[in-house]
Amino acid sequence: MQKMLLLGDEAIAQGAIDAGISGIYAYPGTPSTEITEYVQQSKAAKEKGIRAQWSANEKTAMESGLGMSYAGKKVMVCMKHVGLNVAADPFINSALTGANGGLIVVSADDPSMHSSQNEQDSRFFGKFAMIPVLEPTNQQEAYDMVHYGFGLSEKLEIPVMLRITTRLAHSRSGVLTKNSLEQNEVRLPKDPMQFILLPVIARKRYKKLLDLQESFMDASTTSGFNQYFPDGDKSLGIISCGITYNYLLENYPNRKLPYPVLKISQYPVHEEMIRRIYDDCDKVLVLEEGYPLIEEQLKGILNLGKTVHGRLDGTLPRDGELNPHLVGAALNIKHEATFGIPDMIRTRPPKLCDGCSHIDAFKAINVVMSDYSRGRVFSDIGCYTLSALKPLESINSCVDMGASITMAIGAADAGLVPAVAAIGDSTFTHSGITGLLDAVNNKSPITVFILDNSTTGMTGGQDSSALGKIEDICKGVGVDEAHIRVIKPLRKHHQENVDIIKEELEYKGVSVIIPRRECIQTLNRRMRARHKIKKLEL
Amino acid sequence: MKKDIILAGVGGQGILSIAATIGTAAIQDGLYLKQAEVHGMSQRGGAVQSHVRISSEEIFSDLITLGKADIIISIEPMESLRYLNMLSKDGWLITNINPEVNIPDYPDMEELLAEIRKIRNHVALDAVKIAKEIGTPKTANIVTLGAATAHLGMGYETLKDAVRTIFKTKGEDMINMNLNAMEAGRKFAVEYKKS
Repeated sequence: MQKMLLLGDEAIAQGAIDAGISGIYAYPGTPSTEITEYVQQSKAAKEKGIRAQWSANEKTAMESGLGMSYAGKKVMVCMKHVGLNVAADPFINSALTGANGGLIVVSADDPSMHSSQNEQDSRFFGKFAMIPVLEPTNQQEAYDMVHYGFGLSEKLEIPVMLRITTRLAHSRSGVLTKNSLEQNEVRLPKDPMQFILLPVIARKRYKKLLDLQESFMDASTTSGFNQYFPDGDKSLGIISCGITYNYLLENYPNRKLPYPVLKISQYPVHEEMIRRIYDDCDKVLVLEEGYPLIEEQLKGILNLGKTVHGRLDGTLPRDGELNPHLVGAALNIKHEATFGIPDMIRTRPPKLCDGCSHIDAFKAINVVMSDYSRGRVFSDIGCYTLSALKPLESINSCVDMGASITMAIGAADAGLVPAVAAIGDSTFTHSGITGLLDAVNNKSPITVFILDNSTTGMTGGQDSSALGKIEDICKGVGVDEAHIRVIKPLRKHHQENVDIIKEELEYKGVSVIIPRRECIQTLNRRMRARHKIKKLEL
Repeated sequence: MKKDIILAGVGGQGILSIAATIGTAAIQDGLYLKQAEVHGMSQRGGAVQSHVRISSEEIFSDLITLGKADIIISIEPMESLRYLNMLSKDGWLITNINPEVNIPDYPDMEELLAEIRKIRNHVALDAVKIAKEIGTPKTANIVTLGAATAHLGMGYETLKDAVRTIFKTKGEDMINMNLNAMEAGRKFAVEYKKS
């Protein structure tokens, strides 16, 4: 046993290394990125030969993970919540194939949308797939749950979801580690038909999944992660899920909880566990980080039972992240501010870094687009999305990974010609290639900017799957070579770049312009590293 | 012993180094620690904060409760006031007064300083100037931390050890630069209280 100071993400990664994974598959996405990065940088993981390169997207990561599980080895797959939408097809179907080697899927939610386009709650995805979901309360539980989760996954031959939120992912605390387990040997599934989801087999597999539900509920009753504390004033019972348990305890010094509390960190929850607190108490308050999952089920459509307080009746806010004072307010414990925030405080939104290549690219795009009516630039997910804000105000959409190209196709089909797409290099290989193929087959009059800063910038500069491949991919998909133009986004090339963009916007087919210049952050990091090496050599 | 500390600044100013120093010191002292950080999008020149909680008892919440922070340490004057509703009645506001003006509507500097001085327990220092004076212009964050060392509930030697640990991989020069920076900030705060 060793105590380490770890982020929630890092606790999960260390847990996975110690639990004997043979691989981790992921695409970067805040707040999940640090899990995979930790494994990539871990000396122990290197010695154990754990594979940890980034995948092109969450779907390829999930499928590769499932393949490793098929071959009998323990594997972790990580993504942010919206990444699970991308991986939804293999994720949902993996519940039917089941697992062979232990398989944990980590989905990191982002309530309050610190770095995301929505705050969807992955527990609903877990319920949709009908697999066990673990929701740790703190960093230690996150570590312990990885060990437990692999055991559960192998025992019941089912993928297990680990759901965290930004707060736990990016908060540091002391974690006691366990002795590390060996990796599995390659061993094929006992049933050779298990992973063949032909209808005739899938129907059987689905029945098996339905039959397993009872054992999932038994597991969440006996694992110890869900606990009922029945003592106290029965006028109110509190059901507290995941990280909300910390906010609850924070309101009662020395853990002296005045009401019965059911702590939930594992799903599906057994009916009996819910029934106990419901029967014991006059009213129930449900605390959940994310959507009101338990609350909605407890209430039912007609709300005929006992009073249930939570996010749905306004006791807690319907949206956004919880905190100790919001939970306190729900329990009539007032926390008041002594000082007000002065009116003079201005918002300070994030912005593109000084010297960022995207700034020069969008300055040139803006000049050319000013010749046309507004509202033609479809964009995507990445640092360049910040070009929506002042002073650039260049783009008109940001929806999901890859949507820029395909939305431009639809808009052009509707008559908005020319339509423009702006997508980053890593986002392009994540989900843009198939859209570009559609555009070529559709002969769409669109111009696609692949903003190539040669990294996955927004999440901190991870390797991009697109590196050195973009022109070949575009050619391979069928874009006319004469209309694949590489430009250097620098102030001194501004006029030249404007002229090239003008030419391609006038072309009535698919053109691709690649503004290429390395991310200023990764460049600086490389320079510093080089400087350090030089210094060492001296 | 329990200290709830809010660190504030603008992405890239180095609040994570301050957090790491306090966190390392707390662990060396055998204290419990929770430290909520901001990663991702907001790091790009936007407002950033970190909640650092240290205690001799187990800590539950990763976030500090409204009105309960013992100290706000800020590397930027406007950012020092952004979380003022978190500060407790007797809490300390310790801030660098060198502004990071990367927005068009940045408030008037005199009005901003007047707001800071309204807080009875405050230390306002030009950490950038102090850092330049001691010949290490990039250590304004650690200078600011230095001005807060009297209020962290930990011994100064422990914090010095933490600086040594944090900057160990960056070499002896870097360690000494940051030790000097912390000491310059500490000295400033002592004089500030007298004046």
